[in-house]
Amino acid sequence: MRKMLAAVSRVLSVVAQKPASRVLVASRHFANDATFEIKKCDLHRLEEGPPVTTVLTREDGLKYYRMMQTVRRMELKADQLYKQKIIRGFCHLMLLPMQEACCVGLEAGINPTDHLITAYRAHGFTFTRGLSVREILAELTGRRGGCAKGKGGSMHMYAKNFYGGNGIVGAQVPLGAGIALACKYNGKDEVCLTLYGDGAANQGQIFEAYNMAALWKLPCIFICENNRYGMGTSVERAAASTDYYKRGDFIPGLRVDGMDILCVREATKFAAAYCRSGKGPILMELQTYRYHGHSMSDPGVSYRTREEIQEVRSKSDPIMLLKDRMVNSNLASVEELKEIDVEVRKEIEDAAQFATADPEPPLEELGYHIYCNDPPFEVRGANQWIKFKSIS
Amino acid sequence: MAVAAVLVRRPLEQVSGLLRRRFHRTAPAALQVTVRDAINQGMDEELERDEKVFLLGEEVAQYDGAYKVSRGLWKKYGDKRIIDTPISEMGFAGIAVGAAMAGLRPICEFMTFNFSMQAIDQVINSAAKTYYMSGGLQSVPIVFRGPNGASAGVAAQHSQCFAAWYGHCPGLKVVSPWSSEDAKGLIKSAIRDNNPVVVLENELMYGVPFELPSEAQSKDFLIPIGKAKIERQGTHVTIVAHSRPVGHCLEAATVLSKEGIECEVINLRTIRPMDIETIEASVMKTNHLVTVEGGWPQFGVGAEICARIMEGPAFNFLDAPAVRVTGADVPMPYAKILEDNSVPQVKDIIFAIKKTLNI
Repeated sequence: MRKMLAAVSRVLSVVAQKPASRVLVASRHFANDATFEIKKCDLHRLEEGPPVTTVLTREDGLKYYRMMQTVRRMELKADQLYKQKIIRGFCHLMLLPMQEACCVGLEAGINPTDHLITAYRAHGFTFTRGLSVREILAELTGRRGGCAKGKGGSMHMYAKNFYGGNGIVGAQVPLGAGIALACKYNGKDEVCLTLYGDGAANQGQIFEAYNMAALWKLPCIFICENNRYGMGTSVERAAASTDYYKRGDFIPGLRVDGMDILCVREATKFAAAYCRSGKGPILMELQTYRYHGHSMSDPGVSYRTREEIQEVRSKSDPIMLLKDRMVNSNLASVEELKEIDVEVRKEIEDAAQFATADPEPPLEELGYHIYCNDPPFEVRGANQWIKFKSIS
Repeated sequence: MAVAAVLVRRPLEQVSGLLRRRFHRTAPAALQVTVRDAINQGMDEELERDEKVFLLGEEVAQYDGAYKVSRGLWKKYGDKRIIDTPISEMGFAGIAVGAAMAGLRPICEFMTFNFSMQAIDQVINSAAKTYYMSGGLQSVPIVFRGPNGASAGVAAQHSQCFAAWYGHCPGLKVVSPWSSEDAKGLIKSAIRDNNPVVVLENELMYGVPFELPSEAQSKDFLIPIGKAKIERQGTHVTIVAHSRPVGHCLEAATVLSKEGIECEVINLRTIRPMDIETIEASVMKTNHLVTVEGGWPQFGVGAEICARIMEGPAFNFLDAPAVRVTGADVPMPYAKILEDNSVPQVKDIIFAIKKTLNI
């Protein structure tokens, strides 16, 4: 009994103490790092793959946890705002399946000076590439504080070395190969991560990009996020070959467990090193699992039991996976992680407040940003008497 | 005596001739340059000026260009700057746009603009709209160039004019050179422009020589995008054209001049943004308007000019409805007699002018 009371008081005192002293307590209580086993990747035209064990530091673990939670909560908030009709139009979220490990894991495997481009399920990447939740949510709600000033919306967010956010399925893949061409042209050892889904993988222009990237040895990492469904069409109904990591044919490939952030990180590091060595492009397939129906309108219980869903959810949830690993290896405490949850929730709430309160862009700016670096000119409105000024 | 006079006269003539020649030599010499060489020079100068500029497309490097427009460039600049692509329009146009997004300044050649249709999504959705969609964050400094419109005997799939299609889209700039001066000045401006620019060349014009005035021989000679040029002053009727038909209009003007009709011929040079002010000022002077283009009539360049004239101050100065001369509303046929009658000829322009002048 006394031991329990002592333990409780210790916990309470830890919680009550100021951050500085908590760090002292933490360094006494927690491990600095831990080694984990990760799934071996399936390989195509590669002799060796990424390592099957990796070291996670406490610092990195906390960082990844916070980032993944932020992405999760941000997407949940976007979902909520969409249902309230505060967000309009398209809103492709990373909730189903849970793709936070992909965006955080990829970012962990590259440098900020590397480049990334993806399709329309882009909010998580916009965050991991450096924009704030505030600017992202405000762009979703179409306000002037949005990262594209409300001009782009969900599918058209840009940041430094992040090229969107692209609405046309597959078009981003040649763009990514072009960014890789610029990397090679500039000779700075940078790589470009070019993402697409299992649905997009059947686009012809992707094969054109594979061909040119391989021909010219472009430092392009083609990444197929396979969540097993292209809208309503399962992979078996869309692709004659569902081995997406092999579809680059002459391009070496690896198939990665996309639900394990450490697996994603190691595979990305491996792929980036391959590209930087000048060997040309490489292909990564990130396997994410569908535990749910395609969208919010399909609860997915008609063909599965709730228990089954719960079980798969707990086994496949990348955030739960990281949490369990960290707690079990004494890299962090449950309370500590709960605190991060609280902080993240607050950050999202504040951002959502801003995104709902911020005014829409001024009507006068409707004609802005047609051309870059040009003197102002006039843009025609709905009739010949309505004119908008256009400023670069 | 007569012989002596001749002996004296000849040298005198020769001396005065020499004096005359020396006098002319002090004035700047105009050069005869074909449109092809003018484009080549323009690209060469810009490649030299800015190492971020590069050219890619089918056969642009080792073949010297399908129409020899990029002759000598690969030899001079090598594999890094002059890139032969596989036959993958959608792919290489996308690659070019991506490279532009990442800060390079690509010139993307379509062997003809007919093939650009395979890549048009990249031109419109990835290039043209991006600066706007990103709220001014992401620019796309790219040039798409190549021959556009009718050629000779290449039939329907290889003869379409894309001026109206590309001219439709906000975010794009679209230019259509006629002369060598146009070609050189516009390609240089296009390459230096930070926006996506479509340069609609003309295969039948490639081999045509023009006098390149001295200022056009300078390495910094630029023609502003968005300004039309009055090629010939006139008082009775305004003729507006772009690309090869400009030459036909000047021919028509010469013929009509003998009948006392003075045509003002405007070379549009830029399709988008269109210089409607120059056209309006001219119509307000001549009171008559005829537009001439190679493309199809429906929703074409001429249709746009007419609509805008109606909306502006020039409408009240028209003494007759504006008239359009265009390509025939058919896919381009192959047989010579059919093809000849599917494009605007000088006689069609003259007929239209006389109709509008009620002659």
